[in-house]
Amino acid sequence: MNYLMRRLATFPLVLLGVSILVFVAIRMVPGDSITAMLGTEAGLLTPAQRDSLAAYFGIDQPWFVQYWRWIGGILHGNLGISVTYGRPVLDVILERFPLTLELAVLSMIIALIVGLPAGIFAATHNEKLSDLGVRIAAMIGQSTPSFVLGLLIIYTLSAGFGVLPAMGEFAPLWQDPLRNLSQLILPAITLGFAFAASVTRISRSAMLDVLSDDYVRTARSKGASARSVIWRHALPNALIPVVTLSGIEFGYLLGGAVIVEQIYALPGLGRMVLDAILQRDYALVQGAVLFIAFNFMIVNLLVDLAYVGLDPRIRLGEQ
Amino acid sequence: MIGHLTRTLLSGITVAAMLGMATVSTQAATLHMAWSQDATGLDPHKQTAFSSLRLLELIYEPLVRVDASLQIIPAIATSWEFSKDGKELTFKLDPKAKFQDGAAVTSADVKASFERILDEKTGAAARANFLSIASIDTPDAATVVFHLSQPDVPILTAMSDVNAAIVPASEIKAGSIGTKAVGSGPFKLDKWDPNAKEVLSANKDWAGGATGVDGIEISVLPDEAAILAAMRTKQIDFALLNDPLVATLVPKEASLQLNRVPVLAYHVLQLNPSRKPMTELKVRQAISCAIDRQEVLDTASLGEGKVTGPLTIPALATDPSQLFCYKRDVEKAKKLMAEAGFADGFSATVIGATGEPPTAAAEAQVIQSQLAEIGVKLDIKMMELNVYVDAWLKGDFDMAIALNGGRADPYTMYNRYWTKAGNLQKVANYIDDTLDSQMQQGRAETDPAKRKAIFAEFEKHLAEVSPWIWLYTSYSYTAQQKNIAGFVPTPTGTLFSLSKVTIQQ
Repeated sequence: MNYLMRRLATFPLVLLGVSILVFVAIRMVPGDSITAMLGTEAGLLTPAQRDSLAAYFGIDQPWFVQYWRWIGGILHGNLGISVTYGRPVLDVILERFPLTLELAVLSMIIALIVGLPAGIFAATHNEKLSDLGVRIAAMIGQSTPSFVLGLLIIYTLSAGFGVLPAMGEFAPLWQDPLRNLSQLILPAITLGFAFAASVTRISRSAMLDVLSDDYVRTARSKGASARSVIWRHALPNALIPVVTLSGIEFGYLLGGAVIVEQIYALPGLGRMVLDAILQRDYALVQGAVLFIAFNFMIVNLLVDLAYVGLDPRIRLGEQ
Repeated sequence: MIGHLTRTLLSGITVAAMLGMATVSTQAATLHMAWSQDATGLDPHKQTAFSSLRLLELIYEPLVRVDASLQIIPAIATSWEFSKDGKELTFKLDPKAKFQDGAAVTSADVKASFERILDEKTGAAARANFLSIASIDTPDAATVVFHLSQPDVPILTAMSDVNAAIVPASEIKAGSIGTKAVGSGPFKLDKWDPNAKEVLSANKDWAGGATGVDGIEISVLPDEAAILAAMRTKQIDFALLNDPLVATLVPKEASLQLNRVPVLAYHVLQLNPSRKPMTELKVRQAISCAIDRQEVLDTASLGEGKVTGPLTIPALATDPSQLFCYKRDVEKAKKLMAEAGFADGFSATVIGATGEPPTAAAEAQVIQSQLAEIGVKLDIKMMELNVYVDAWLKGDFDMAIALNGGRADPYTMYNRYWTKAGNLQKVANYIDDTLDSQMQQGRAETDPAKRKAIFAEFEKHLAEVSPWIWLYTSYSYTAQQKNIAGFVPTPTGTLFSLSKVTIQQ
């Protein structure tokens, strides 16, 4: 409990650091909201016109005033207004987040369902032909870029079979679960493919480590069946690195899967952030990055707590 | 156990996915459309992005518009007339014209709209085209008189742009332009989810008559290969394409049709004549002679376009073969370099925007290899669009690969660069008395034949002094299902004719 409180207490500090970093970084990039909106036509503006637009976009004040105004807003629960959407940043983010969360969960389910059994299978068939097969498949999975796989899937389905999930209008899970699933399954497979490959490799090597441990040998010599040795004795310990890897990957996915969202035209967090950067929608970029950082911290915390569940020897926060 | 669970889950997911896919169909009266880049805002006076203009043209109307042959035709105004001295322009408004909130479009709305454009607080980039407006009179609700400080023939063409759209005076007063879209055009905007979707419904009160479809749903599909895939499966009826690589795949699909039309925008290699050695006329001319424009077009754009001189307006353009060094001549280029004192060549950097246009990097590479033959070593620097625009506006480059927008009138198109008072002189970095006086003559001349002759001389001179190397104009592409009828592609790229498009059953 103390550990949890201590970890939660570090959140504001980390978020403060993130807020400074994102605020400075986005302003260091050349171009601003005015050139993002007008492109080269911005050159036709008179200084008075430029000033007027700068005031409209909230970039007319010195940067420290802008930062202070932004932080002040956050303390009152207001992340600012997105100039692209004309709406509060938090509303826009929360509208996009369910899709990203769902996609991350689905990808992780696919990755664990495929990767974990494959890794265990490879470990228990170490150095056999089937192990080699799994390792090669995992390597292909890890080295195939998601945009190649995504486009390949889209092309094969549309050109070969004349089918494709409905693109353009995304159906939320609670409105039309079937349509929602049909729209998310291919992106989830695209993302889950590389994710599953990582899970396969890490679970294989973790399992091999654990299988050579003394306690596993003891269990075997006491007459435990092969199945019991793997599932009851070895697997819980082998899961720790898998949980670490899955946690980190899941945390990344909660930040949005930009390329996959682009290819499948999913209105997720990743595409929103990319568009916001391209359009120099400062408030939206800043708010979204803070939100993503917060999620990442929560996932990290949950991963640490999961260690305790998996291995009772681990006591968090004790010296 | 896990194996069984896996199989069950995966088969469930697959069945669900296939069921979902099977339900895809198109509704009869709604046109399903897609594009890869969305509008960036709803204020017709502020938006200049290509995708914004394409959306806003369906919602708002200017006083006049241009047709496929770039002739001025009526929109809100049914007729117009210049006074003899060219300093007064009078419009008669269509009495049937109504805004989508039911209010009639009156001369007061026209006056308020132009006053808003001219007000520096608005930040309208098109203001630069209307600076000759001294005052606006509204003798009655259907008549507007623009008093000009000097004869300004191109102002009529500038008024055909959606950046000069007529908006309700009441909305200007309420400060809601840009948050609410109330125009007098063929469609009403029911919903806009930025970077995701637009839903438009037919404006039953449109003065232009009934639209061919009940509405248009526009999906933003960022990847154009995915747009093509969605068209193959008939999810999308009509799409706007930018990438020639994707566009050339469309005719291979039996159910799809590709519409393409040469546009006014031009691909150009901008030299910076304020930087050495491009300050030297002979160096600029050598670069012009060393570039094989057709090869740039063939390699970077699969030959999808046409080599062009500075003027891209079909009625005014000179045959490019008549212009300075449009036939590649490497020997002449080397001679010019030697005469300028650069027989051994020089090094320079060329900037380009990633993906804008999609052919930018390929153009830079072809030019790099062509200029290497005369000893010019080019370093290519590709940048994110905003970073590029920032450098471009500051004139901070040796050379730049650009796709610059065209206009239906050469004065409006080029006065920003090639006049002494041009707003983008710091980008062009070159002006001479001949160019400036030709532009001023062209602005005031009302006789079409004389105007054509003035601009022909202007084009010839510009190609000779070579501040920029004009390369080619590409096509604007739209793809459609073959059961869509009535779309007319135009050199301005407008999608306005979607107002009369029908879906055949």
